[in-house]
Amino acid sequence: MQVVEENKVVKDRAKQVYKEGFVTDIEAFTIPPGLDEDTIRLISSKKDEPAWLLDYRLDAFRKWQKMPTPNWAKLKIPEIDFQAISYYSSPHAANANAPKSLDEVDPKLLETYDKLGVPLHERERLAGVAVDAVFDSVSVGTTFKAELEKVGVIFSSFSEAVHDHPELIQKYLGTVVPAQDNYFAALNAAVFSDGSFVYIPKGVRCPMELSTYFRINAINTGQFERTLIVAEDGASVSYLEGCTAPMRDENQLHAAVVELIAMDDAKIKYSTVQNWYPGDEDGKGGIYNFVTKRGNCQGKNSKISWTQVETGSAITWKYPSCILRGDNSSGEFYSVALTNNHQQADTGTKMIHLGKNTKSTVISKGISVGKSQNAYRGLVRVAKKADNARNFTQCDSLLIGKSCAAHTFPYTESANMTAKLEHEATTSKISEDQLNYCLQRGITEEDAISLIVDGFCKQVFKELPMEFAVEAKALLDISLEGAIG
Amino acid sequence: MLKVDNVFAKAGEKEILKGLSLTVKPGEVHAIMGPNGSGKSTFGNLLAGMPYVTPQSGSVEYMGKDLLSLEPAERAAEGVFLAFQYPVEIPGVNNMYFLRTALNAQRKYRGEEPMDSAQFLRMVKQKIKDLNMRDDLLKRPVNVGFSGGEKKRNEVFQMGVLEPKLAILDETDSGLDIDALKIVADGVNHLRSPDRSFIIITHYQRLLDYIKPDYVHVLADGKIAKTGDKSLAFELEEQGYGWLNK
Repeated sequence: MQVVEENKVVKDRAKQVYKEGFVTDIEAFTIPPGLDEDTIRLISSKKDEPAWLLDYRLDAFRKWQKMPTPNWAKLKIPEIDFQAISYYSSPHAANANAPKSLDEVDPKLLETYDKLGVPLHERERLAGVAVDAVFDSVSVGTTFKAELEKVGVIFSSFSEAVHDHPELIQKYLGTVVPAQDNYFAALNAAVFSDGSFVYIPKGVRCPMELSTYFRINAINTGQFERTLIVAEDGASVSYLEGCTAPMRDENQLHAAVVELIAMDDAKIKYSTVQNWYPGDEDGKGGIYNFVTKRGNCQGKNSKISWTQVETGSAITWKYPSCILRGDNSSGEFYSVALTNNHQQADTGTKMIHLGKNTKSTVISKGISVGKSQNAYRGLVRVAKKADNARNFTQCDSLLIGKSCAAHTFPYTESANMTAKLEHEATTSKISEDQLNYCLQRGITEEDAISLIVDGFCKQVFKELPMEFAVEAKALLDISLEGAIG
Repeated sequence: MLKVDNVFAKAGEKEILKGLSLTVKPGEVHAIMGPNGSGKSTFGNLLAGMPYVTPQSGSVEYMGKDLLSLEPAERAAEGVFLAFQYPVEIPGVNNMYFLRTALNAQRKYRGEEPMDSAQFLRMVKQKIKDLNMRDDLLKRPVNVGFSGGEKKRNEVFQMGVLEPKLAILDETDSGLDIDALKIVADGVNHLRSPDRSFIIITHYQRLLDYIKPDYVHVLADGKIAKTGDKSLAFELEEQGYGWLNK
């Protein structure tokens, strides 16, 4: 009897392995695949953009065309046919630029977000969290906008911000990640469709968590979003992004750019729970997640903190970084990256110390399961004038099974004798002893692994906002499916 | 409760248990002594189903079931508890969370409702008090940074929370100073009951000053060489194990 029941439990769980893998059947306007200057003009005109932005895009596109694809990461990336991708898809119901009232949003879209656990309706909204929902290439709605406006916080889709606050966008766009920064950033600058814009005025502590939920739905499209967060002197904000996509056999490209700017005494906390479709157990399908995220600690005493939980995507290539320009500024990077089956991740951070007494902390936890490859790649650079810079880096890797691998590539460059850089790295396997100990207490093997992994990630999870820490843990459990045997 | 009949078993590649037989009735306390390498720990690990011990022949009946056919986690849920000789560290997992996961896994197996965190908290607080241990044991990660004595105390505490029917203590007294030994022994005595049995594996007679066994067995070369009452332990203490071979 017991055995039968257990089998059922296992089967039920196996079925829900990627529960976000459904497709929303919705009429959409999708431009034909292909990429040339006309594509970019079309995207720009769809969004009714000012001329300066079109010029910015075209300039980026021309630079991108001359750039080689990067191949320095420890990743096997199949050649991507950029002409086979559609660069813009918008559900009909969402009019790209009109300020949206959620009442007008297609119920199917609302239903989609309900299913994803991100209700947008007034009644059921997540308490204390404002959400911008991005579906394929457009934002379908932003909650709590009015409440935030009362304290001067701007939280809107990027497209809206281009129209409502062009001066801010023009001032900051591309200042942290220039268009020519790297191949995928250049591509994004050319074709980005939507994303979120956040502006926290001087001295304001954002009264609620802000979050963006990215959803890829349409087939054969790429998602290229752009997020820009500016915190003025003494401002602070905590922002979280989540991402999911349907299960498809084709790979889909996601190339985002995130720029953060923190002025004097400002604090930005940016958390990511990345759960793009990872592909099936044979490595078919899944999202290519090529993302450039960088924060500029422009002001003195400013602080930028990245926390990421990466469980999805067939390939992840991202290095959320901090430029510590202001004196006494600090940067943090907390990361859990779990790869299973044939997933590949090459992720880490760059901490660039330019100001005096700047401080950075890097805690990276890589978990490899199945046949996956998981690499930490980090750079700590201390410039000549950065007196008394300090860095602490800890990279821990956990291997589950025999066919996976973990790699660590820590680079340090110091041009200042007063710098103090510490690095600790460990690689461990879940030990038989730990497993046996749990088993002897009655814990099943599957739960024991999840317990041990959860403990391994504790240092990072505690950095996440409470409600998302719970989600992140649940996500890890699901991603560990099939880790044994 | 437990009937071990002519068991042969290997630890790794080595034949360690060679025809061991033992019967334990409910409520009894059996002490197992014997020289190094005689198979004491192997016997404990065999009962708990630890994978480094492979039974070759013989049978173990526990509460009417064929114990050797059960998975380790099933044995635990059926009430078999092993206090480890070397308790394992699990970083980042606090003791209380670990124990609640364990208890609820066992309850689930037995078809009982899970215990919610409030109920659980009340229960463990009471146990901590009953067993004369310190509250901070609950919040710390499982065995991480614990002293030898603390680890052993934690084993006894876990035993108290999980309320096994058959508790096996594998050299729980080794490396303890006299105060820690007393706490461990008091804990065990507190947990003694007419339907709970103990197998206490030890090197030293001094633990038996505090825990009064019903039987003392001497294990030599993989089987029980002699069985007696507590006085046997004194004899061993004075004369060593050499006379057993004569």
